[in-house]
Amino acid sequence: MNRRDFLKVAGSGALIASTSTTSPSAQARGNLEVSSEAVGMLYDSTLCIGCRACVYKCKEVNDMPAVERDGEVQWDQAEELSGDTLNIIKAYKHGSAETKNSAEDGFAFIKRNCMHCVDAGCVSVCPVSAMIKDPKTGIVSHDPDACIGCRYCVGACPYNVPKYEFDDAFGQIQKCQLCNQKGVERLDKGMNPGCVEVCPTGANIYGTREELLQEAKRRLALKPGEDYTYPLERISSTYGHVKAAPDYTQHVFGEHEGGGTQVMVIAGMEHTKLGLPDLPDRSYASVSETVQHTIYGGMLAPAGVLAGLLYFARRNTSDENSGDDNEGGES
Amino acid sequence: MNNNELQQVAERLGVSRRSFMKFCTGVAATLGLSATAGAQMAHAISSPRRPTVIWLSAQECTGCTESLLRSNHPSLEHLILDLISLDYSETLSTPAGHAAEATKQQSMKDNWGKYILVVDGAIPTKDGGIYCKVAGRTILEHVQEAAEGAAAIISIGSCASWGGIPSAGINPTGAKGVDEVLPGKTILNIPGCPPNPYNFLATVLQFVTFGTLPELDHLNRPKFAYGRLIHENCERRPHFDAGRFALEFGDEGHKQGFCLYKLGCKGPETYANCPSIEFGDVGGGAWPVGVGHPCFGCTEKGVGFEKGIHQLADVKTVTPPTTFPGIAEPVGDGVTPGAAALLGAVGGAVLGATAMAVKQLGKLDAEEQTSESNQ
Amino acid sequence: MSHHQPIGGRLLTLPFLFLSALALIAIYILIERFTTGLGAVTALNDGFPWGIWVVYDIVVGTAFACGGYVLALTVYIANKGKYHPLVRPALLASLFGYSLGGLGAVIDMGRYWNFYQMFNPGQMNFNSVMLEVGLCVSAYSLVLMIEFLPVIFEKFRAHEWKARLEKVLFIFIAIGVLLPTMHQSSLGSLLIAMGGKVHPLWQSAHLMPVLALTTAILMGFCIVIFEGSMAAVGLRQPSETHMHRGLIKVISGLVLAYLVVRLGDLLMRGVLGYAFDGSLQGNMFLLETTLFVLPLAILTNKGWNRQGRFLLIAAVSLLLAGALYRFNAFLIGFDPGDGYIYFPSVKEILVTIGVVAIEILGYLFFVRLFPVMPKHAVHGTAQA
Repeated sequence: MNRRDFLKVAGSGALIASTSTTSPSAQARGNLEVSSEAVGMLYDSTLCIGCRACVYKCKEVNDMPAVERDGEVQWDQAEELSGDTLNIIKAYKHGSAETKNSAEDGFAFIKRNCMHCVDAGCVSVCPVSAMIKDPKTGIVSHDPDACIGCRYCVGACPYNVPKYEFDDAFGQIQKCQLCNQKGVERLDKGMNPGCVEVCPTGANIYGTREELLQEAKRRLALKPGEDYTYPLERISSTYGHVKAAPDYTQHVFGEHEGGGTQVMVIAGMEHTKLGLPDLPDRSYASVSETVQHTIYGGMLAPAGVLAGLLYFARRNTSDENSGDDNEGGES
Repeated sequence: MNNNELQQVAERLGVSRRSFMKFCTGVAATLGLSATAGAQMAHAISSPRRPTVIWLSAQECTGCTESLLRSNHPSLEHLILDLISLDYSETLSTPAGHAAEATKQQSMKDNWGKYILVVDGAIPTKDGGIYCKVAGRTILEHVQEAAEGAAAIISIGSCASWGGIPSAGINPTGAKGVDEVLPGKTILNIPGCPPNPYNFLATVLQFVTFGTLPELDHLNRPKFAYGRLIHENCERRPHFDAGRFALEFGDEGHKQGFCLYKLGCKGPETYANCPSIEFGDVGGGAWPVGVGHPCFGCTEKGVGFEKGIHQLADVKTVTPPTTFPGIAEPVGDGVTPGAAALLGAVGGAVLGATAMAVKQLGKLDAEEQTSESNQ
Repeated sequence: MSHHQPIGGRLLTLPFLFLSALALIAIYILIERFTTGLGAVTALNDGFPWGIWVVYDIVVGTAFACGGYVLALTVYIANKGKYHPLVRPALLASLFGYSLGGLGAVIDMGRYWNFYQMFNPGQMNFNSVMLEVGLCVSAYSLVLMIEFLPVIFEKFRAHEWKARLEKVLFIFIAIGVLLPTMHQSSLGSLLIAMGGKVHPLWQSAHLMPVLALTTAILMGFCIVIFEGSMAAVGLRQPSETHMHRGLIKVISGLVLAYLVVRLGDLLMRGVLGYAFDGSLQGNMFLLETTLFVLPLAILTNKGWNRQGRFLLIAAVSLLLAGALYRFNAFLIGFDPGDGYIYFPSVKEILVTIGVVAIEILGYLFFVRLFPVMPKHAVHGTAQA
């Protein structure tokens, strides 16, 4: 073996690697585009009265037990999303907690559930395609029969949504599937998701992402105090109620966050106060996949490297077999 | 009071002695007083000196009076007319015309500083208050005059409490609640449209018995009656919590007795004891929500007659801090002593083994150096 | 003919029995894990899906098991034949490191009975870093077994088989170099998708695979020094210091390259300030960096770098540095938000200790009974 040979082969490997990065399959991937038929929900924190009917309904639809704490079984005491709680209402409180939607001495509610990301981390990282994003509706659903339980999806979700049932020897990942999973299929039957159906104030409405985004922007454009007819369940609903518009914070959470989400939130205060993370517009999934496909695009680079390795391994092992080393000679 | 006296009272009222005692104990319970207070109350009621009551009616519909007349623990109309000396009431007074007015003036003069003034109806103030006149004078003057000598002033009904129906919308007569036309006076409000008679009765009997008024909230309503949201004791509450709502009158949910929140029920923002004591003493859910109509918030200032009946209530009961999880509830166990000790042991073992090996290698290094130097 | 021989000696020594006890404890806890679920045994929660079983047994453990990989790279690719005697022990350690890493993956896997789905082409998601890691680690474990087969053949005198295998062994050697290059870098890439949950001091995005691979190779060289030193001391094998000295140059170079990329990345992203904010993460970063820098001082000191004990100190320091880098990135610098915290439970730690114990037990078993250790041609002393 001499240096020249080594450099030659290494150079050809590098050449293959560099050409592979420019091949179409390995180009830097941007955020995924939202499907025109993508559906989702719009949660308006200012309308939420904290009745938790959505939490109850969710458990009913998904057949999940109430969470007990300290032996208290009278009512559901879930404090976080878990394998038994796919939807939860949390409260922001500050100081005397008197004024709704006020960050100072106020309170506000926030509904946490799967955001059904446009470019979902959980879908990108799942090794066995057990997290599936419907190409049309964009609903992120889960297939426990494929899932190996590695829980990468849990770590790769910016909202900590997928939950593994740690208390079960044969536990599975649980997450909101927008009430359209096998055996439920509420959307296919023309119904609304459970949490939407029961929401008494229209704080949580269902629709296509496009119309929800328009509705969110309409609401943000309202002058505080101006009367507005808030629809229940769907924007096109005949049921609605008139309410004076609150002082909205001018931000639709989920319009751009992490490549956008199909469940969006508007509120009377900053989203970070409500526990929603600050995320860059570019999805982490797209960064991860870009790195991965740059290295492995079409497996050209590994193939090139392997060719070089084979060449040297063959040369050098036959050297060894034929006698002894031509360099060290100490052993 | 001896049995004989009690017997006389009972005969006078046309009730049995036993029923009378039961009534007094019941009233005491409504007020949140002890059972012995019931006996004291019975004594006070049956004593010959009955407190004088002047009842003025302004812009009203007589609903409050009607409601009171229908309080029905044994023949309450007898009871109330005999217990208190109702010296003036436009609906119930025997005299009429100048005679009635004269009786009122005489009674006020005789009982100056001791009588109870009850007002129902709103007080018009626009154009000098000309929109409601009695005996040639505006009701505003009547109320202001009577208030001067009153030991206690009770506004009964939502109109007297803060304007009610006459003040709704454009308020053409400038109708106001009694407290607004009597600045500086403590007014006890028994709002409701109509108010529950027992809330009024219990308040009056406490005054008669103990000479005190019940504890009041920030709207001067007795706390015993208006201390809790309707929502808290509503029999339809489980439906609210479970998200089962009627959407239209007569729909499936309405027939099933579901929660009426989506129909505009104001129970979640209205303080009153309606679901607890109901109306008409018939039981069986005889109160608005019980019979399928959303509460419209008559006992709540700014809700009844002001908010649209279809408008949704701002739920007061769930304002944090109650039992809501915070934005970031701690989850997971921190360091346990056992785990920390174990990790320490592992770290110690690794470093210890390394140290041992380093020591041994030192010896080998030394051997190597000597062998190298020997060569 | 062979260059290797079993070292012999009693198998059932006191340390052997002690390690067996640790292994039994782990097995007992694992029975609990498989009958009552992960939650009963681990401190894992909905915010921390991966605990020390993943981070130690797989991420750190396989980096510790890179000895076979770096020696194959050195001996067979770069053709530095003088290190050949080091290959077999390193291969054995790698074999155990990877196999038990795989075992760690299975015990941590929530739905292990579906593991075959990873090899089901219909289910594979080629966007997933985890798929690549899973396939590569499985394949590499297999390759390691094949690479180790000659030892078995030698032991049972199946010389024909050995000769046949050795004709094609170069293929497995080549694959055995490619696979760790792929998955050791990907173990770093795992964190890219976690985005903001990983502390800025460790979230290097595009550079994650480079940093992970560099430190894995570094740890591979260091584990060779560590195991050689421990064998010299614990198993009374002749010192290999003379061979270890040859690795100083490459180790120093790698440390230097690593530090340039690492600190350069932090400066470029403008997050170096976090190192000095006094937080746990900042302090852990300083400790980690110190453990990387300290060996440089030792290895470049002319007096020290000739002595086996200083080489061992440098190697241990770098091993700890590499391990800490991984622990920091995966656990200490990991914050899922929403109030989640994690610290391994006693049972979790005991299982990991048990896995390490099994590793050492297996290593002892093979070096005593199989021709793994080199014959002592040069430094053969009375101990042989």
